[in-house]
Amino acid sequence: MDQFLQQVVNGLSLGSIYALIALGYTMVYGIIKLINFAHGDIYMLGAYIGFAVVTIGGLGFFPALIIAMVLCAVIGIVTERIAYKPLRNSPRITLLITAIGVSFFMEYIMVYFVGANVRAFPDVLPKTQYRLGSIVINLQQIVIILTTIALMVLLQFIVHKTKIGKAMRAVSADRDAAELMGVKVDRTISATFAIGSALAGAGGVLVGIFYNSINPLMGMMPGLKAFVAAVFGGIGIIPGAMIGGVSIGVIETMVSGYGSSMYKDAVVFAILILVLIFKPSGLLGKNTREKV
Amino acid sequence: MALLTVKNLTKSFGGLTAVSDVNMKIDEGELVGLIGPNGAGKTTLFNLLTGVYEPTHGEVILNTHGKERQIQGKKPYNICGEGIARTFQNIRLFKELSVLDNVRIAMHQRVGYTMFPDAFLHTPKYVREEERMIKEAEELLDIFELSHKKNEKAKNLPYGEQRHLEIVRAMATKPDLLLLDEPAAGMNPNETAVLTSTIAQLRRDFGLTILLIEHDMSLVMNVCERIYVLNYGQMLAHGTPEEIQNNKQVIEAYLGEER
Amino acid sequence: MDLKQQRRRNTVITLVLALGSLVIIQALIMAKVIRSYQMVTISTICINIILAAGLNLVTGFTGQFSLGHAGFMAIGAYACAIFTLRDGSLVSFALGVIAGAVLAAICGILIGIPTLRLKGDYLAIATLGFAEIIRIFAQNLTITGGAAGLSNIPKFTNWPMLWAFTVITLLLIVAFIHSSHGRACIAIREDEIAAESMGINTTKYKVMAFAIGAFFAGIGGALYASTFYILKPTTFGFMKSIDILMVVVLGGMGSMTGTVIAAAVLAIITMLLQSFSELRMVLYAVMLVAIMLFRPQGLMGDRELGVPEFLKKRLKKAPKAE
Repeated sequence: MDQFLQQVVNGLSLGSIYALIALGYTMVYGIIKLINFAHGDIYMLGAYIGFAVVTIGGLGFFPALIIAMVLCAVIGIVTERIAYKPLRNSPRITLLITAIGVSFFMEYIMVYFVGANVRAFPDVLPKTQYRLGSIVINLQQIVIILTTIALMVLLQFIVHKTKIGKAMRAVSADRDAAELMGVKVDRTISATFAIGSALAGAGGVLVGIFYNSINPLMGMMPGLKAFVAAVFGGIGIIPGAMIGGVSIGVIETMVSGYGSSMYKDAVVFAILILVLIFKPSGLLGKNTREKV
Repeated sequence: MALLTVKNLTKSFGGLTAVSDVNMKIDEGELVGLIGPNGAGKTTLFNLLTGVYEPTHGEVILNTHGKERQIQGKKPYNICGEGIARTFQNIRLFKELSVLDNVRIAMHQRVGYTMFPDAFLHTPKYVREEERMIKEAEELLDIFELSHKKNEKAKNLPYGEQRHLEIVRAMATKPDLLLLDEPAAGMNPNETAVLTSTIAQLRRDFGLTILLIEHDMSLVMNVCERIYVLNYGQMLAHGTPEEIQNNKQVIEAYLGEER
Repeated sequence: MDLKQQRRRNTVITLVLALGSLVIIQALIMAKVIRSYQMVTISTICINIILAAGLNLVTGFTGQFSLGHAGFMAIGAYACAIFTLRDGSLVSFALGVIAGAVLAAICGILIGIPTLRLKGDYLAIATLGFAEIIRIFAQNLTITGGAAGLSNIPKFTNWPMLWAFTVITLLLIVAFIHSSHGRACIAIREDEIAAESMGINTTKYKVMAFAIGAFFAGIGGALYASTFYILKPTTFGFMKSIDILMVVVLGGMGSMTGTVIAAAVLAIITMLLQSFSELRMVLYAVMLVAIMLFRPQGLMGDRELGVPEFLKKRLKKAPKAE
């Protein structure tokens, strides 16, 4: 039982990071129906920006988090403008391949500039451990979970209480109608990319302090898994991404803890396939059908 | 027994009942019209008859070649094999393919060669069958004077010819019952008149039974022997064109009730 | 021009082109102009044509977007390697190729039946998931050598053999496309609901296309194993699937000649960029995005390049000039 609770705690902190990345996938998918493959790499860039702020700038955790979020938001906007905007009316397959290309670009431009080797993320938080009975929680995990909760509350506020949030919901429901109603579609899409990328950037910094190591290809797997999380929760649905992210994190740590860590990725993909087959709209999604 | 019998056919989408308790009978060789205001459930009824939607309940019984069987809930390709073919209200041709390929695709169920070895190795049987299919396709295209355009892409045909090609494509499945979903939509009166006589001719030459949805009353009243009227998913009336033209309920449904 | 004449002429031209390439490259190999270094590129071209031709059938012709082709390739590669490592005879190589292709096709059917109900990017992600699962198994099973993979796989492939496999693959797939069954697949790409209403069992033909694609991916994988004699599970990751997709997309989805041209162009570009190892991937990425932005239909679109097409244009122009 104690081991189980310990796995839950570990799973929650891993899941929080997946949830942060999954939110970006889900928001972008909701608004332009694109699986933004490059999203996992934005998270990688966030980790590197955080790394640079801490090692070169000599700043602490919060400045690193904020600067990474801001710069990732800018990168997200620029990517959308250059690569995705010209293709807004192209077939989905064209967009998807473009996103894969952008992903490779980010990965290998980083390999080119910083090298493919793994770097150790400096300790920005003290290695304090707290004991709750026999469960061990360290400060990093608490910071990750609290930061994630704070960002999600902020996101809910933006989406539901602000004008840009209303515009985002409108464009995602019907882009043409929103445009006719005077919503500035381009600006709304940019805002969506900015917010999604900022969250991924935050995820990058958090994973840096959690795992202590970063490399240019670190975004691939978590990116795919966060996407699985978004699909699991119901793609396009913000609370779905949160639930999906946390679930995938917990499931993955459970498989590592009780089964074989070798197969943890396989289990995540098996879940993806099962969800797609039995409830393609995800846990919180609704079914739609093509009109004949 | 009628060629097509529809018993208590119902389709609900969540809370919305698009087709409710519909009964219909179509005899062999008849040309029957299905009319009703927009959103009355006409196309949904077609989708139920052709297997695109599965009915919530009710029966569809087909009686052809001395065999009577229930076909509700079967897959569209099986229903096509049973001898029901259709056209689509919003044209659904294979746009990037040639006119000839559009027609040949519809002959797929009757192709006389196998995938292996014939299709992979282009055996003499393949050549014979392909030649037969091209000949048959050209004969069908001749009905609408389309055979000289057989190598053009379907999307490059003018609108009216695309509608014609939809009918030819449906004919290529060798149906006993042909369902036409607004064949005259978007056509001018001249084109509609030509279409009207071609539909009558098709039925004579091929011994077809036809059910058609149409808003153009000149077409419906001219060629249909009987008319069914659908309103809010329910069968409002049926009868001869004269009976329908004078039916008070039908007039109300179309023009709105006077208050 | 009637069907028979057209077929005869196409057959003659195809034979001339195919035999010409066989003889010329064989001559260059014997004259030592093409050495083992260039031979790697030529082998890669052949294997990529086989892989991409199958994927083009699935994605370009049937319209089903697969991101998991490397998974099927892995099955063929490991099957062939395991057979030939047990017993290094030509018979076991032949059995390995057949076993790899059939096993991949069976996996294609098993994976296809549940996933092909999905559409567009959902299907792409599901196939990606399956390919990753196959790779993870290859990484953890003993029979596949775990993470270290398999090495010292006996080499049986040579130019004439790769040539024969490539030409036969292309002939079979092109023949299939030009049959009623192939047209059924294309109809699914064009309009699934219309295809189904015209009597085409869409699930059956999607699974069929998937199985045929997987079958040839299995062959491609088997040839890969025998040509490069080392297999590592990481070879068959997501990146490999994208590589194959890239050939199909660059050539033009729905164009087999496009696939052949693109396989050659990409392999040659890769060879030329060999010395810029890290920048190579950046350029590859830029190229991918640039093609999507400026020529999303690829080099050929869905047309086929052929001498007959060229002549036809000439002939059409001539009477107008009179």
